[in-house]
Amino acid sequence: MSHPEVGERLSSIKHVVLVLSGKGGVGKSSCTVQLALSLAQQGHKVGVLDIDLCGPSIPRMLGLEGQQIHQASAGWVPVFADSTKRLACMSIGFLLPSKDSSVVWRGPKKNAMIKQFLADVYWGDLDYLLIDTPPGTSDEHLAAIEYLQEWNPDGAIVVTTPQAVALSDVKKEINFCEKVGLPVLGLIENMSGFVCPHCADCINVFSTGGGEGLANHMDIPFLGRAPIDPNLVLLLEQEDKTLVPDANNPDAEKERTDSIVETYQRCELSKIFAKITTHLEKALDTKE
Amino acid sequence: MTDVAEPQGTVPEDANDHCVGPEHELAGRASGCEGCPNQEICSTQASGPDPDLPIVAERLRNVRHKILILSGKGGVGKSTFTGQLAFALAGDEEKEIGVVDIDICGPSLPRIMGCEREEIHRSAAGWSPIYVQDNLGLMSIGFMLPDEDSAVIWRGPKKNGLIKQFLKDVDWGTGTDNTLDYMLFDTPPGTSDEHLSVVQLLRGSGISGAVIVTTPQEVALQDVRKEIDFCRKANVPIIGVVENMCGFVCPTCHGESRIFYPTTGGASALCKDLDIPLLGSIPLDPSIGRACDYGSSFIDTHADSPAAKAYVQIIHKIKQILESNI
Repeated sequence: MSHPEVGERLSSIKHVVLVLSGKGGVGKSSCTVQLALSLAQQGHKVGVLDIDLCGPSIPRMLGLEGQQIHQASAGWVPVFADSTKRLACMSIGFLLPSKDSSVVWRGPKKNAMIKQFLADVYWGDLDYLLIDTPPGTSDEHLAAIEYLQEWNPDGAIVVTTPQAVALSDVKKEINFCEKVGLPVLGLIENMSGFVCPHCADCINVFSTGGGEGLANHMDIPFLGRAPIDPNLVLLLEQEDKTLVPDANNPDAEKERTDSIVETYQRCELSKIFAKITTHLEKALDTKE
Repeated sequence: MTDVAEPQGTVPEDANDHCVGPEHELAGRASGCEGCPNQEICSTQASGPDPDLPIVAERLRNVRHKILILSGKGGVGKSTFTGQLAFALAGDEEKEIGVVDIDICGPSLPRIMGCEREEIHRSAAGWSPIYVQDNLGLMSIGFMLPDEDSAVIWRGPKKNGLIKQFLKDVDWGTGTDNTLDYMLFDTPPGTSDEHLSVVQLLRGSGISGAVIVTTPQEVALQDVRKEIDFCRKANVPIIGVVENMCGFVCPTCHGESRIFYPTTGGASALCKDLDIPLLGSIPLDPSIGRACDYGSSFIDTHADSPAAKAYVQIIHKIKQILESNI
């Protein structure tokens, strides 16, 4: 079944990338946000679409909690994370009466919401649309593929943590991508090691190397390994995104920047994600 | 105006006046439903009472305590906690424990409980669970996949069908006099089909309560509040909240750090706000992850660690609460 209204929206978007994992809690949303911040810092116009309807994390992470969506004649206007409008976001989080309200929907209603997100949001011209997904391989994923497929989404980035229990689910997700014909652009091994702030020893809290091993085994580009960084956790948690977090000196006066895009550049992880986005851009150019 | 007859199904406490009952064929769509906080849940359910509910109730008649392990958030340690809870409860050889893994897309329990490559057998009495120990049985879709990498790409109705089969067709050995002391349900993250189905299917036989697992940071607590909201809407009693991955002790220098900051007060602030018991907090310990990868009981292999002690205290509390609620 064709969905021309989705095609119309996507016609002004250069690249559509889904961020997937079989496993919950590996950092899909935080990786989606970091990819978005990295790409925005490089001068691209980025949209983030959050289709995790039960657990929409993106608004909080981008400092957009409590914002509302406006309707224009061209469609729903996404919420912008910065004043220069390089980074736009759409999430069910903006539609809930309160942030504690649960969305207890079965599949068909979730499908309908995802279709609306794809057909009714006025993104305008974007270089990248990143789609954050819930864990699993179910209704939301099938809905996204169903509505996007005819417009040839670029592919998916898969996120995992290193340990076997996560890899097990992620293999299923990669299998899902193969079944539905969605190219896997690469894999990120997240939460790979934690540098103890006291002794600088790197502790592999959730093991290490499993993601890279899986990528090699399944012949998928390995995009990089991201260690646990408490400063990133603080940045994603804190309400004021212009304050530079310092986990080692929590009481010290904090530096201020102009936007979340700049604040993120002060986190060590931004260097890793700069490399990841370079790999991603190469992978997308090779495809073209 | 809908005929004000006897409501069909249990009317939720916060329902509108003249509630037709959640099992009425117009549930969620009757004139009296407008504005009711349960309208959404009711209108997305199948209409009419489910004829399989009495079959499930009969199958589970001799199960003393049914516990759901929930979280709004993925990756906080639901399955890890379920596994350790199961091992700990089964440590008392007099008790019989059953574990039902209803995470259809990401079934972790076979690995966590060290029985990954087993297969289910069927007999006239039903499907046999896989016995991790003599008194500890597990049912999971993980045992039914052609190979462990196969994705289960099912929409809601098919997932619901399997969950129903797990409840109707599994023979837990609870014949005439045999009792299953505890049945634990490991759930996927979220508040969707699987959660709705298991709550509806257990309606006839009762849920003792839910244990909600979270990590300390707001991004997790946000989802947990939604899960608590779901429990309240669906009338699931809440046993309490477990705060996982709370603080990290470096095995090299024993310095303490925080990885998942409780920026909004962590689980203790949430529990105070919502008047729910905080069952305890478990620190991050790399050995827990390894135990899960290798299918061993962390509480037994690392009994002296702070994390294992925390687990034991929490599990003890849960048992106390369950026994006192009978």
